[in-house]
This record gives sequence, C-alpha cells and structure tokens, in this order.
Amino acid sequence: MHLILFFLFAGFCLAGAINLLLQTHPINSALSLIVVMTSLAVLYLLLGAEFLAIAQIIVYSGAVMVLFTFVVMLLNAGREERTLGSRAAARVGFPAVVVIFAVLATIVLHMQGIGSAHFGQGLSNAPGQSNLELLSQVLFHELLLPFEVTSVLILIAILGAVALAHVEGSKIPESGRTAEK
Amino acid sequence: MNESAYLWLIPLFPFLGFLLNGILGSRLPRRLVSAIGVLAPLASLALVLSDFGATVISAASNCHGCGQVTALALPAAESLSYPWLAIGALRVDFTFVLDQLSAVMLLVIMGVGFLIHVYSVGYMKDEPGYARYFSFLNLFLFFMSVLVLAGNFLLMFVGWEGVGLASYLLIGFWFQKNSAADAGKKAFIVNRIGDFGFLIGIFLVLSTFGTLSFADIAVKLALAPGWQGMVLTVICICLLVGAAGKSAQLPLYIWLPDAMEGPTPVSALIHAATMVTAGVYMIARTHLLFDRAPVALWTVAIVGAATALFAATIALVQNDIKRVLAYSTISQLGYMFLACGVAAYSAAIFHLVMHAFFKALLFLAAGSVIHAMGGEQDLRKMGGLRTKLPVTFWTMTAAVFAIAGFPPFAGFFSKDAILYAAFLDGTGGKLLWFVSLVTALLTSFYMFRLWYLTFMGEPRSETSHHHATPLSMLVPLVILAVLSVCGGWIGLDRFSAYLAPAAAAHRPMPEGNPGLEFILSIAAVLVALEGWLIADKYYRRKTERPAQLAAALPTGYKILSNKYYVDEIYGAVIVKPLLAFSQYVLGWVVDTAILGGLAWLLAGVASLTGMILQRWQSGNLRSYAAWLAAGAAAVLLFLLLTGSPHAWSLPFFHSETIFKVSHITVIQTGQAGH
Amino acid sequence: MSFLQHDVPLSWYLLLSAVLFSLGVVGFLIKRNLITVFMSIELMLNAVNLSFVTFAYQWHEVRGQIFVFFVMMVAAAEAAVGLAIIIAVFRARSTLAVDRIDLMKL
Repeated sequence: MHLILFFLFAGFCLAGAINLLLQTHPINSALSLIVVMTSLAVLYLLLGAEFLAIAQIIVYSGAVMVLFTFVVMLLNAGREERTLGSRAAARVGFPAVVVIFAVLATIVLHMQGIGSAHFGQGLSNAPGQSNLELLSQVLFHELLLPFEVTSVLILIAILGAVALAHVEGSKIPESGRTAEK
Repeated sequence: MNESAYLWLIPLFPFLGFLLNGILGSRLPRRLVSAIGVLAPLASLALVLSDFGATVISAASNCHGCGQVTALALPAAESLSYPWLAIGALRVDFTFVLDQLSAVMLLVIMGVGFLIHVYSVGYMKDEPGYARYFSFLNLFLFFMSVLVLAGNFLLMFVGWEGVGLASYLLIGFWFQKNSAADAGKKAFIVNRIGDFGFLIGIFLVLSTFGTLSFADIAVKLALAPGWQGMVLTVICICLLVGAAGKSAQLPLYIWLPDAMEGPTPVSALIHAATMVTAGVYMIARTHLLFDRAPVALWTVAIVGAATALFAATIALVQNDIKRVLAYSTISQLGYMFLACGVAAYSAAIFHLVMHAFFKALLFLAAGSVIHAMGGEQDLRKMGGLRTKLPVTFWTMTAAVFAIAGFPPFAGFFSKDAILYAAFLDGTGGKLLWFVSLVTALLTSFYMFRLWYLTFMGEPRSETSHHHATPLSMLVPLVILAVLSVCGGWIGLDRFSAYLAPAAAAHRPMPEGNPGLEFILSIAAVLVALEGWLIADKYYRRKTERPAQLAAALPTGYKILSNKYYVDEIYGAVIVKPLLAFSQYVLGWVVDTAILGGLAWLLAGVASLTGMILQRWQSGNLRSYAAWLAAGAAAVLLFLLLTGSPHAWSLPFFHSETIFKVSHITVIQTGQAGH
Repeated sequence: MSFLQHDVPLSWYLLLSAVLFSLGVVGFLIKRNLITVFMSIELMLNAVNLSFVTFAYQWHEVRGQIFVFFVMMVAAAEAAVGLAIIIAVFRARSTLAVDRIDLMKL
C-alpha cells in the first residue's frame, strides 16, 4: 500500500516538475507547481508528518501559489518569448546541475543506516501522543524565540511587499476620482 | 710592524684634490684649481719623504759596497689596519703597509706625478675641461697609492680597478672624439679581461691560504718550506694574466697604443711611469708565491721577452711619435717582466724606476714638440726642431741615450742588470738574453730614428704657431733629465740591498760572476752603439734608403706597420663572434623571446583572466544563475571528496552534514531569487 | 500480495528530493520568464523540505519537521517580497524576460 501510494504521488511530483519546465506560459507552470506541492503533502503524510502535510497545503498550495497566480494574472504575463540565451547558462550551468545531482545521488545511494518507511509509524515516542502534540511541545518550549522572530519576519515581509509594490505618487482614491498613475 | 697613524693621509691628499676639483672645480678660478691639483701629490710626497726619505738616503749612503744587510739600518715596515670584512672565516682589513717596496713605488708615483702635474698646468692651459682633468689625475694618484700601499689582495684589487677607471676617464678625456672614447673603452675592457684572471687568482689564494693578507701568506709559506704545489702554479698564472692586462704584455697589450688618444701628460704619467708598472709591482709584491712556482716564473720570463721583441719590431716603422713611445713602453715593460721571470725582482723594480724617469721625460718632451707643432704628431712632418726647441732637444737627447742604454745614463745600469740576470739563469736564460740583446739593438735603432726625424735635418713642414714653451713645462723636463742621467748611479747593489726584505727571491739564485757581468755590459753597449750607427746611416746620411727598403720588402713592411694585424685578428676571432652572440643569442633569444615572451605571457595571463572574469559581471541574470549553480556544485564536490577516506561510511554521513549542505544550497538559491 | 506490503526505502525519498532539486536548478537556468524562475526556486525549497522530513523520520527527530515549518514560513515571506519586487521591476522595465533585465551590464 505504502509502495503504491509512494509511486503514485512521486510520479505526480516528477510529472509536475517536468511539466513546469516544459510549459511556456507561466500560468501553466504555476498550476503544475501546485500539483507538485500537493503531491508532496501526501508524501509528508506517508512519512508521518501530518501537521506539515496540512501546513503544506494551506500555506504553500493555498497561499503562496495563489499569490503567484495573482501576480501572473496582474502582470498579464504572456508566453515566453525567444530571447537571446546566455551562453554561460548552457556551458557552465548544465554541467553544474549534473554535478549537483551526481553528488547528491552518490551520497544518498551510499549512505548506510538508512531504513525504510512503514506506513503508520510516526515519530511519536509516547503512545497516544499525536505528531502535532510532539511538534508543538518542542516548538513552544525550546524554540519559542525563533517562532516569535519568524512572526516578526512575516510582518516585515508584508510591510516590505506593500512598500515595494506601491506606486509612487498614487493616493488612495476618494470617491469620484480615479487613482493617478 | 710599527703602527703608523698617518699612512692614510698619503692617499687622502689626492682624494681630497679629486673631490674639490671634481665638485667645485668649474666654479673655481684656474689658479686655485692648479694649486689644488699640484699640491696634493706634493703633500703626499712630502709625507713619504719625511717618513722614509731620511732612512732611504741613509740606507743608500750607509751601504758602501754592499754585500751585507744590517737589520738596524733598514727600517721595519709600518702598517695601519682598520677592520673591514668579517664574514664567517674570512677576515679582510683595510691594511696599508709601507715597506721598502711601497716606499720606492710611492716616491716614483708621487714624485713623477708631481712633476707631471706641474707640466700639465702649462700643457692643458687652454683646455675647457681643466678642472676635470686635474680631478681625474688626482683620482688616479689616489687609487695608485691605494694599490701600492695595500696590505692584502682585496685592497690591492680595489686600487687596481680604480686605476683602470681613472685611466679610462683620462684616455677618453676628449670624449667628443670618437677615437678617444673608443680607446678608453678598449683600455677598460682589455684591462677587465686581465682582471678576470686576477680575480680567479685571488679566489684561489683565498681557498688555498684562507687569508688574503700578504703578511699572513708569507707566514704560512714560511711554515711550509719546499712546498711547490700545482695550485701555486695555477695561482701565479692567473696573477700573471692580470698583470699582463694591466702592464700591456702579450696578448693583452692592444689597448696601450690606442691609449695615446689621451692628453700627452696622461700618457706620461699613466701609460709610462705608473699604472702600467702596477703589474710588475704586483709580481714583485707576491714574489713569495712566484718563487714557489718555477713554471709560472718561466712563463713570466717568456712573456716578457717575447713582448719586448714583438713591440720593438712594431716600433721600427711607426710614424706617430706617441705610438713609437707607446710600443717602446710595452717593450721596456717586457724587460721588467723578464727580470721578474728570472727572479731578479729588485732589478725589475730598479728598471721600473729608471724607466719612469726617462719614459716620462720622453713623453713630456714629445708633448712639448706636439705643442710647438700645433698638434702635429706625424714624424714624417717634423724635422729641424733642434734649433727651435733647445731645452726640449737637450732633455730628450738625455732620455734617448738613457733608453738606449749608454753609460753613464740611467738605462744602462738597469737594463744591464736584467740582461745579466737572464744570462745566468740556465740555458733557457741564455736564449732569453739573446732575445733581449736583439731587442736592445732595435730599441736603440728606433729611438735614434725618432730623434733624427724630429730634431735633425731640415724642417719638413712649417711649425704652425710657435710660441715659447711655458716654464711650467720646461722645469719638469729638466728635472727629469737630471734624474735620467744621474738616477742609475745609485747602483743595483745598494738598491737590492735596500729592497731585500720586501723583494729578495726565495729560491736558489745562480752564482754571480763579475767578470762575466763586465763582458755582457760591453756587449750591450756595443749593440746600442750599432743601433745608433744604423739609425744615423738611414736617417741622416742616406735618407732615401728607408723608403727603398720599404719598397724592397713590401709584405714585411706592411705587416709591421699594421702591427701584425693583431687588432684585426682579435676583431675577427673574438669581437665579431661575441657581438654576433650578443645580438642573436642574448639579444634575440634571451631578450626578445624569453624575457619578452615572459612579459607578454604575464600580460596575456592578466588580460585573459580579465576576459574570463568579465563574464561574471555581464548583467545577465541567467549567467549569474549558472555561476551560482557552478559554485554550489563545487562546494558539494569539495565536501564530498575531502571527507574521510571511506567517504561512504556512516560516520561521515550523518545528518548534520546533510543539513548543512542543504542549508547552504537553500540559502544560495534563495539569494539568487532576489 | 507481499510486494505491495513492501516498505519504501527512505533512500528513494531522498533520491526523489535530489531529482526535484536538480529539476529546480535546471528550471532556474533555462526559464526565460521571471515568475517562472521564481517558481523553480520554490520547487527547490520544496525538495529540500522533503529531505528534511525524511531524515526526521529516520532519526526520530521532530526538529527536522520544525525546521521544515520554519522553511515554509520564510519561503512564504520570501515569495511575498519577491513577487512585490517582480511587480516593481515590471513597472520599471515593462518586461518579464530575464534576459532583458540587464541594467547592470558593463
């Protein structure tokens, strides 16, 4: 069962990723990425990280990718044009990618002591304790400071995004007047 | 050895003269420049005389019929030492040593030098480079005094090189003339070739004896009597090469005739009396080494005799008055080398002193002639100057008789001593004696030829501007003439006795035979007379004969008058290949190809690196991305490969490394997005 | 069927993560639209998240999952700011082509 699920959703991941590369319109790429992320959420479930699976769907697929889609539609991004490429990208980049993949694969394949995943076996050490309880225990006790800092970070990000996307000189339009550009 | 605190003053006075005249001379009035220039050697001469003169005179007069030498009458040497080099085991000091040999040399240098300085005041009166001339002349005296006062090889070499430098400066005094500049260069370069041999000799001395000081070497040699190793022969041959370069012997004599491009007083001082005798002095000073190397001594003798004959033959047909005198100098130096070669060092020094007197006189008188002829130096255009320049005529006559070897003039005693010593030295010595006798014949002939052509007969050309010779030029002539007549009366016996502590040979000398000496001297006088008679015949009575002879033996005449084509041979065999080598190998291969190529390579590397690195700042986002990925790949590779030897084992791959790696990569790619 | 009851070796998860990561890098290099490039970056982040979760499972370490949590937060903030920048760039240059945005060219 685990195996079938793994193959299925891993296949979805790969298919989505390859489709992201092959599509020319960014909206198609965005939708493929949503597929990847959702499949990854299922894989998290298989690995016993329930909270993360849900967080993945809510935050990534549901918020970040929607943001991407909004921007694609806002900017009316069209199909990719054929522009002059970069020779460096081809000559230096692809060998680099090959090397990266080779190194990672080597490490992975030669690692010893890696076990296998059972369906249903999670992290919980205590019987009856859910994954969420375990996670929140650690998060709110030892890692409280990073947690709070992260929230500040998000606040700053919001402010930054608003500031960056703000158009110079435009005011909030009163009724009857259009916003100047 | 007594310590003397003021030995350093002897070289100091000429050095001060050099500095003052050199730096300030152009701004000082002529009289002051002359005063400085002339007083410097006078002061040094006074010093030497005061210190030693009294003892010299007393030794000369005390030693009646000298057979024995009393240690009390002869002063011990004085020395002055200042620490100089102390490198590891090598210790070399600034040591000035004034012993009998140095004293004699200094008397000649400063005395004749002083007279020539006085002469120059008159001779160089109209020269624009007056101050420069006197400063260089004083510089020469400084270095020469350093050379003869030196107590070790290194300091002597300093003086050696210095006189070469001064000679170069003075030969090329009229440097605007190409021939003068070339002659200066030639002198310096040929001297350098000799100096190379000298240096090798010094190195060998250092490695053999561990010290360069003459006194220490003497002590070491005394500890090992009878040792005559091969290394000593090699050392002496090397020293001989140096001496041959400085004293213009075969094969390094070629610079001396060309050095006549310099002013005549310079020729008199440097290239007749003092600098060229430095080689003879050096051999006499290091005679302890030469005494242990019979082969080297023989080489010295052969070189000397051969040079004497060789130069005399060339002088027969020269037409420039100074050239004749130059070759005559080379020939007389050959005599001195011959004397050294038969271990008669005192005789060599004796001839050195006598030669200084009459050769300086000859040159100064020739200068007077040239001055009166308005710069003309060709013998064929002179004549009949006997009545026009009486003082010059009589003084030069004295010098000619002296050099020909007529008694009771100076040259007779010294030359005779040399021939006698040569004759006594075995069968080879007899051959050398014969060669010297022939040379004496030739010497007498060409000197009288010069005398007849210059002063006798009818004038062959008009003397252009004939103004009276100034007194400053005449007085030195007279003084030197007196010395040329009376100088030899000291006698070799007294002279050798005086010099014995410094220059007596340390090897078995052949037995003397006064009767034989008398016969040999008669032979020498007869030969000189014969030379005079032949010259008389060809240049007074039958003046057309020389031209007929020249026509009868055209090739012989041509070879002689072209100096055996030695310069041309050297040019073709040595100079041209060297030039070609410099031009092609050093000039093209090393300079252009290798060094230029290196420079080009460095520049090329720099610009190539620039071209490559330029791509990193292209402004193109994708190339930035590519380089980022490449950097990440490199980091990953590095981490993978530089782990523990068994990289696939678990201890290497634990979670922290993977976390770190991924963390780095995440951060890198996260930054790339912005 | 015993084959289907088989456990999935964790190395397969890691391999999948590596493949996704490499695909992300490839996309980062070859895509010409700025937004798509940014999406490839998100793909890379997700691949890394997967490997973190896998190792958390392997070593029974919940901190791996907490790290993923933080990565998600940071990625969300980053996406917001990054997209705002892309909007600003688009306003300035009126193009989303990566090769056209080269004001820093020498």
